[in-house]
Amino acid sequence: MSEFKVVGKPMPGDDAWAKVRGDLKYADDFSLPGMLYGKVLRSKYPAARIISIDTSRAEQLDGVHTVLTARDVPNNETLTRFGQSSEIGKGFEGLYRVLADKKVRFMGEAIALVAAKTEEMAEKALDLIEVKYEPLPGVFDPIEAMKPGAYLVGEEVTNIVCEFGCNQGDLKKGFAEAEVIIENTYKVPFVDHAYLETESGIAWIDDYDVINIRVGSQVIEHFRDVADVLGLPHNKVRYIGTMMGGGFGGKEDITVETYLALLTWKTKKPVRLVYTREESILSHSKRHPFVMKYKVGAKKNGKIVALDVEFIADAGGHIYLTPWVVLYTTINAAGPYDIPNVRVKSYGVLTNNTFTSACRGFGAPQPNVAYESLIDELSRKLNLDPLEIRRRNCLTTGKALATTGQVLKTYVALPEVAEKAWAALGEPAEGDDENKKIGRGLAIGLMSYGRFTFLHDSSRSYVKLESDGSVVVRSGIPDVGGGQASLLCKIAAEELGVPLSKVKIYISDTALTPLAGTTTATRQTYMSGNATLKAAREIRKRVINKAAEMLNVNSEKLDLINEKVMVSYDSLQYLPLVEVIKACNTAGIELFCEAQFNAPFTITPDLSNVRGMTFPDFTFGAQAVEIAVDTETGQVEVLKLTTCYDVGKAINLLSVEGQMEGGSIYGMGYALTEEVIMEKGITMTPSFAEYIIPTAVDVPDVKAILVESGGGLGPYGAKGIGEPACSIIAPAILNAIYDAVGVRIKDLPATPEKII
Amino acid sequence: MEGYSLKLMVNGEKIDSTTKPEESLLKFLRRNGFTEVKCGCEKGECGTCTIIIDKKAIKSCLMLALQANGKEVWTVKGMEKQELGRKLQESFVNYGAIQCGFCTPGLIMVAKSYLDQDPIPDREEIKKAISGNLCRCTGYKKIVDAIYAVAVENYKLEGGIYV
Repeated sequence: MSEFKVVGKPMPGDDAWAKVRGDLKYADDFSLPGMLYGKVLRSKYPAARIISIDTSRAEQLDGVHTVLTARDVPNNETLTRFGQSSEIGKGFEGLYRVLADKKVRFMGEAIALVAAKTEEMAEKALDLIEVKYEPLPGVFDPIEAMKPGAYLVGEEVTNIVCEFGCNQGDLKKGFAEAEVIIENTYKVPFVDHAYLETESGIAWIDDYDVINIRVGSQVIEHFRDVADVLGLPHNKVRYIGTMMGGGFGGKEDITVETYLALLTWKTKKPVRLVYTREESILSHSKRHPFVMKYKVGAKKNGKIVALDVEFIADAGGHIYLTPWVVLYTTINAAGPYDIPNVRVKSYGVLTNNTFTSACRGFGAPQPNVAYESLIDELSRKLNLDPLEIRRRNCLTTGKALATTGQVLKTYVALPEVAEKAWAALGEPAEGDDENKKIGRGLAIGLMSYGRFTFLHDSSRSYVKLESDGSVVVRSGIPDVGGGQASLLCKIAAEELGVPLSKVKIYISDTALTPLAGTTTATRQTYMSGNATLKAAREIRKRVINKAAEMLNVNSEKLDLINEKVMVSYDSLQYLPLVEVIKACNTAGIELFCEAQFNAPFTITPDLSNVRGMTFPDFTFGAQAVEIAVDTETGQVEVLKLTTCYDVGKAINLLSVEGQMEGGSIYGMGYALTEEVIMEKGITMTPSFAEYIIPTAVDVPDVKAILVESGGGLGPYGAKGIGEPACSIIAPAILNAIYDAVGVRIKDLPATPEKII
Repeated sequence: MEGYSLKLMVNGEKIDSTTKPEESLLKFLRRNGFTEVKCGCEKGECGTCTIIIDKKAIKSCLMLALQANGKEVWTVKGMEKQELGRKLQESFVNYGAIQCGFCTPGLIMVAKSYLDQDPIPDREEIKKAISGNLCRCTGYKKIVDAIYAVAVENYKLEGGIYV
């Protein structure tokens, strides 16, 4: 193919216009005649036994159509699944309990559902449901929860839900060789995704008894889980995914869908359910807090020879994705460093805090805070430049991850990205305020794109060339706002030689679009991008072959470009695309194709010592900041922020830059202000007045630097960027704080009172 | 709906409806089909429900519907009828200032009310003007870029000399 026409160009997708005009209908913008309003009754206690629930007064209230409790749910207890179709063993599938009975496991857990004629009536009905609780002591610290005799959060015999390990080399020997040893414990907090659109949706039963759920979900494959809860065949539940007002992993677990399905199934009427902001913060998952014990040994020349790590993650009240996140963390423990002797031990532990699950970065940002703080400390102890110590230790192409030994076969852009991010800070700011100390910090990191290879991930996409030369793409891809849908349009436009405006995509419908898998794990560019590329290339081949016959030239000499099939060496000799399409149709040549792309498949590893390939590939990046610390108030102002990633190839240029800029600020919030504060399981920060995310005045203009090595496994050599983009900035800020005022923050967020 | 009569203009269109004393303008607008006014918190903390009344950007969740009686309300859907609004929409698209888009209708409205004052283009002032509107996706840079570009163009059109 000649040079790109669409790929890599800053072309906005058509959803951008729908969004600026206010035309786009999100999940809660949809109404149906006669619809009811759903509401959820939530637990007042983080730990309690439910003695009884009396719904009779609520049921008698005028306008109330139904009140449901655990007893009314056909299968109230099933397993948490996330779209995987392969068997991966019990360790990864936790309890999915729709409505709480027996023990309540966190504050805000759903206990009962109401559907009523108006929202006000539904709210009134909630007040009339009488729940008798026996409050229980609960446990709120994962280290306490691990101890024998600790309060048991669920019905199991232990609170420990997962345990992983990685061993490489000889740790004892490694530390014996070390000339410098540093040991630290780092802590990171609960974090909320803080998407601006709360969880919402509408459900109805169609003419053929199919439950339709129109909802914003990152995993439309949950239709199977909802069907299992209702005891219905899987093909009797349909998800119609809407464009989401942000997801960040928080719409990866089931949110409103099961409740909607139950209420519409029971009442036979359409039902809408929209969470309030407070309800959203109380009830959805959080990013895992971790206690991370790190011990590192190095030679005087800065070469790291040994690393010993222990992780304890707070799973909160339910398992959800905890084992997966903790396994990510385990594998990411040593970051992008080449260390011969490593031991990692990790635990996920239930407590009576809000449950934790996927959040942008999925277990990568937490260890990054630890190892990048540690290497900064090491560099200062050894009097080495922050760049130099990383140069001496970083992984390069062909080397293996220090934890699992997975060999890095594609290009590793280290130390390249670090050098670029650091240099881009430019000249230091001139400070004339003596109360403001300037500091700089650097951090590097890696994160996988694509799911665990033992999940046997695949994606499907359908591409069709219409008789007028326009293109239809159908893909189950959920769009969280990262440009997922328009990415596929760009690939189809490029391959079929049509302008982007002639491609229309239909997404996220489990009845009508081929399943593309989850919009999680930074996998869609790689997975659905490749599936779409495969389908489009098949059609391209058919068109070109037909044109070759018509022009009587060798098909290898033909290109499909600007809606023409051209002889590449002589652009005057061509056929209009529509003519070739006509000829194909006449000859019965199929101009549609549904293709499947499979990631590499591996077997489930030995979880006590995870070895070998666990991910398809990794994205490498570096971020650097210059900050000012006010020595009177402890306030940190980020003056400059640079971010440099090897994105392989930027297919959607504006979206890639947007991910890098937005990801940086997402991570900046993690470093400086964001914490869901829980006091004995009670959320103290259930609003944006208390849970502080960055505003426009808090942020510098992020400088995004793209490296395009072409070394990725995605279309045209692309890599994933969504999650990696946010996973590195926090320790860069911590290192800059140390540089400015000599204070080493080891527990996030770095609030003024910790600095002063 | 039983209640008080409420007459107002939304995007130049007459609305004659009823409301309850406690209903917010946000809920009233959404109930009457103006779903482009987004609901993110109902507490005035996120800015997704920003609209314009009398050239001022207002968080419609903090205003009672009855307080808008007789007023001219503008939402993002009305921006196509207004030159600055149209330019802002185009600029947001071209600069990639949109990701999930949930904050976009509110941000365009707050940017419009800021630009209506014909300010001297200044990135820091733009940041201050939009600081009551949260965006979780973009990191704000492309949003500021988009507004700044329109501000510069507008300033020149208004006879300002900008270097």
